[in-house]
Amino acid sequence: MTAKVVTVASGKGGVGKTTSVANIAVALASRGQKVTCIDGDIGLRNLDVILGLENRIVYDLVDVIEGRCRLRQAMIRDKRLPDLYLIPAAQTRDKTAISPSDMVRLCDELRQEVDWIIIDSPAGIERGFKNAIAAADRVLVMTNPEVSAVRDADRVIGILDAEEKGPAALVINRLDPAMVKRGDMLSVEDVLDLLAVELIGIVPEDENVIVASNRGQPLALEGKTKAGQAFQNIARRLMGEQVPFLELETQNLFQRLLGRK
Amino acid sequence: MGFLFRRKKSANSAKERLQLVLIHDRTDLTPAELESLKDDLIQTISRHIDIDPMAVTINVAHDGRSQRLVADIPLRTVGHRRGREPGRAAG
Ligand SMILES: Nc1ncnc2c1ncn2[C@@H]1O[C@H](COP(=O)(O)OP(=O)(O)OP(=O)(O)O)[C@@H](O)[C@H]1O
Ligand SMILES: [Mg+2]
Repeated sequence: MTAKVVTVASGKGGVGKTTSVANIAVALASRGQKVTCIDGDIGLRNLDVILGLENRIVYDLVDVIEGRCRLRQAMIRDKRLPDLYLIPAAQTRDKTAISPSDMVRLCDELRQEVDWIIIDSPAGIERGFKNAIAAADRVLVMTNPEVSAVRDADRVIGILDAEEKGPAALVINRLDPAMVKRGDMLSVEDVLDLLAVELIGIVPEDENVIVASNRGQPLALEGKTKAGQAFQNIARRLMGEQVPFLELETQNLFQRLLGRK
Repeated sequence: MGFLFRRKKSANSAKERLQLVLIHDRTDLTPAELESLKDDLIQTISRHIDIDPMAVTINVAHDGRSQRLVADIPLRTVGHRRGREPGRAAG
């Protein structure tokens, strides 16, 4: 086995990185893939609660890197899926506790064991982000259809190009088709025009995301919600499948219906 | 609140504003620096040929993620004035 390492980054905070990592990992694991996700947000651990694994933490990422435990011991197995693991972030340390080369070494060891390593980057473009992208084969840049998030995504895409980690693939999260329709939200086309990168996912605004995070049960476990389906589609695209874009389709359908009136 | 702010769809404002912001973010060139570059360019070119400084346009054009500085400098028709008058066109 040689895992693909996928990092989710954004520049701006709060755009949905952790939500996406949890759901993409769950979606891949539900398709029979062996997946480990790594919480790279040292000091602001969150992936554990989103996945509902917070009570099972013994060792964390920094413990592995500083040699206090073996890699295997820090991998928490998710009982709902046969092959999903989490390496949690350390909560009482900061981003300087590890370096980009530590991440490369850790991922090299892990690559033999799984199909996918999904890394949750902290917001920003400093050390934590540099750590998170160091081992990446592919970086997904998340944005919301909103000026500051798009601007920051552009910075991150530029840095990835400069560091030869590109080309980035874009995920647009929290799209509200009704707002786009009345001209009060940037559309998918607008964002793609501005950022000029490949698109890998469109996730609609969906209150089920919050319900799922309350329960610690990622949406993609069931896949009946719109957002859950969107994350399943991202996982399929990562696996190389051609999957039509959910939201674009419904928008077109909507327009067709209006047109016929 | 409305009629003043409703004239243009807010998504269009967002896109137009972002287009400008991203050009400057990507090139590390502020609008003020672009203006002073334009002045320098006009001065330099005016030392060699007669141009109308008001007609010069200098913009950043983009193709995908790469950007180019595009200058459009109309030349005055030779005829009514021959020869160069150094320093004249700097305004
Ligand atoms: N598609 C969505 N629909 C509705 N709410 C969402 C959606 N995606 C994310 N959220 C909400 O947005 C908030 C931020 O999400 P999340 O923690 O995943 O962002 P983040 O990018 O990891 O943040 P940080 O930069 O702080 O790490 C959460 O409350 C989450 O529930
Ligand atoms: Mg996060």
